[in-house]
Amino acid sequence: MSTNIKTENLSFAYPGDEERQPTVALDGVTLEIERGSFVVVLGHNGSGKSTLAKTFNAVLLPSGGKVYVDGMDTGNEELLLEIRRRIGMVFQNPDNQIVANVVEEDVAFAPENLGVPTAEIRQRVDDALEAVGMTDFTLHAPHLLSGGQKQRIAIAGVLAMLPECIVLDEATAMLDPIGRREVLNVIEGLHREKDVTVVLITHHMNEAENADRVIVMDHGKVAMDGTPKQVFARADELKALGLTVPDTVALLRELRANGLDVPVDALTAEECADAIMKVYR
Amino acid sequence: MLKDITLGQYFPGTTLAHRLDPRTKLIAVVCYIVGIFNCHSAWAYGLMVLTLIASARIAKVGAKALLRGLKPVLFIIAFTAVLNLFYTPGEVLWSWWVLTITREGVRTAIAMMARITLLITGTFLLTYTTSPIQLTDGLESLLNPLKKLRVPVHELAMMMSIALRFIPTLIEETDKIMSAQKARGADFESGGLVQRAKALIPLLVPLFVSAFRRADELATAMECRCYHGGEGRTKLHVLHYAARDYAVLALYLALAIGIIVLD
Ligand SMILES: Nc1ncnc2c1ncn2[C@@H]1O[C@H](COP(=O)(O)OP(=O)(O)OP(=O)(O)O)[C@@H](O)[C@H]1O
Ligand SMILES: [Mg+2]
Repeated sequence: MSTNIKTENLSFAYPGDEERQPTVALDGVTLEIERGSFVVVLGHNGSGKSTLAKTFNAVLLPSGGKVYVDGMDTGNEELLLEIRRRIGMVFQNPDNQIVANVVEEDVAFAPENLGVPTAEIRQRVDDALEAVGMTDFTLHAPHLLSGGQKQRIAIAGVLAMLPECIVLDEATAMLDPIGRREVLNVIEGLHREKDVTVVLITHHMNEAENADRVIVMDHGKVAMDGTPKQVFARADELKALGLTVPDTVALLRELRANGLDVPVDALTAEECADAIMKVYR
Repeated sequence: MLKDITLGQYFPGTTLAHRLDPRTKLIAVVCYIVGIFNCHSAWAYGLMVLTLIASARIAKVGAKALLRGLKPVLFIIAFTAVLNLFYTPGEVLWSWWVLTITREGVRTAIAMMARITLLITGTFLLTYTTSPIQLTDGLESLLNPLKKLRVPVHELAMMMSIALRFIPTLIEETDKIMSAQKARGADFESGGLVQRAKALIPLLVPLFVSAFRRADELATAMECRCYHGGEGRTKLHVLHYAARDYAVLALYLALAIGIIVLD
């Protein structure tokens, strides 16, 4: 596997003004994100997750250190569009990232910006809408759709760039459970079938259960980095960082504390159920 | 309550009027407006009314929908009519105290009412049959030559289409804030003008704050989707004139020129 995104000793500070000190949002982050991997980024509010995401596609440029996308330095202005094409970004509020008032026009926005020929734009729009299961809504007005549908349109809009990687910054945070499930299904499908690298920033621990890797941010630094099982086994440290563990892990830990001999690293509901069943067999 | 505002509302359809190139419709409306302002005789006004009715029939837009557009400007129409009725000098027909009605006054009042009515309904017919996106595309393409004069045509068109995109979102938000403030005891409906204006402050402040946050997030999202101005941009829908466009253009040009020359 090759590296998709690489940061070297990356730091970033938001400039201050007369009243405020500059805010250090990232402080010496060194990471490599493998092509085709599914990475979940956790961290409490203000730990620098969004800032980290924005440095990936050169919306923010490092104050120190470097970021490379497929070997391209994000500081190189000539590569800007190519870098942004490769790293698609989906944000929290669906209303604030939909540009056009017809679904197909919105999905076409990025390829139009990239100067893709008309016939190919059509193809890309149709493919992207199909990939997120929104073909029936091609000519709809986005503001009449549900939150989950809007986010799927936003994902389609990014897919139309044919990106290598999709970064979702709390893209499910404003959705109801049904909408969240819809969006996660789409993302998992894209990861499985199209081999897209996924970086999922979230506050929902359960969304991390199927990830290849979990990165925990704290005060602009990487505090933990490993497989979900490795990270969630360190429940006490997570608590100290203001985070919880998934409900399944919490349940198993509780059982164990009460004398039941169960493992504490079963993440999905099925694994968890199996683990408990095993004790009673 | 805010939901009934029809601001350039579009009724989707597949009639000839819907299928015309937006540029054709824009030019036709300009011709029509030029025609209206050069009308003097009754037959000319009659011809303009007939043209409007025929166009509306083709577009399958009912009289009700067409006239609904007049509601917000009813006051302006009435005001202009009254002003013209009483303040045009000429042959006196009727007079009482400081009010005098003249023959010329009656005539200008009727003419002004007809002009404004035709102007508004004609323009509404355009927005009823043309989606906002087509409209901005058409405008951008028609105004393209102005780029040479450094007019930021693409930017203006982009601003217009984003504004159109956010009108429903902001209306929805206004409704929400209004309900929230009403629940806290705010009163938007009673009191004098000053009091009502004051009542709007707790509505406008959060609305503006949120609009700025939206603008900021939207700008980032656009950048992330490789937006870098109009340079090298392609389009999903490319505009092109068909035979029907030339026919309609010829008709409307003939109408405008005919009225200028003959009336
Ligand atoms: N535009 C800005 N100007 C100044 N400081 C900022 C700006 N955006 C973020 N910060 C600060 O940078 C730090 C990191 O913020 P960031 O948004 O990256 O955190 P986050 O992990 O995404 O938080 P959240 O979970 O709330 O989204 C915070 O201390 C925040 O206050
Ligand atoms: Mg954030």
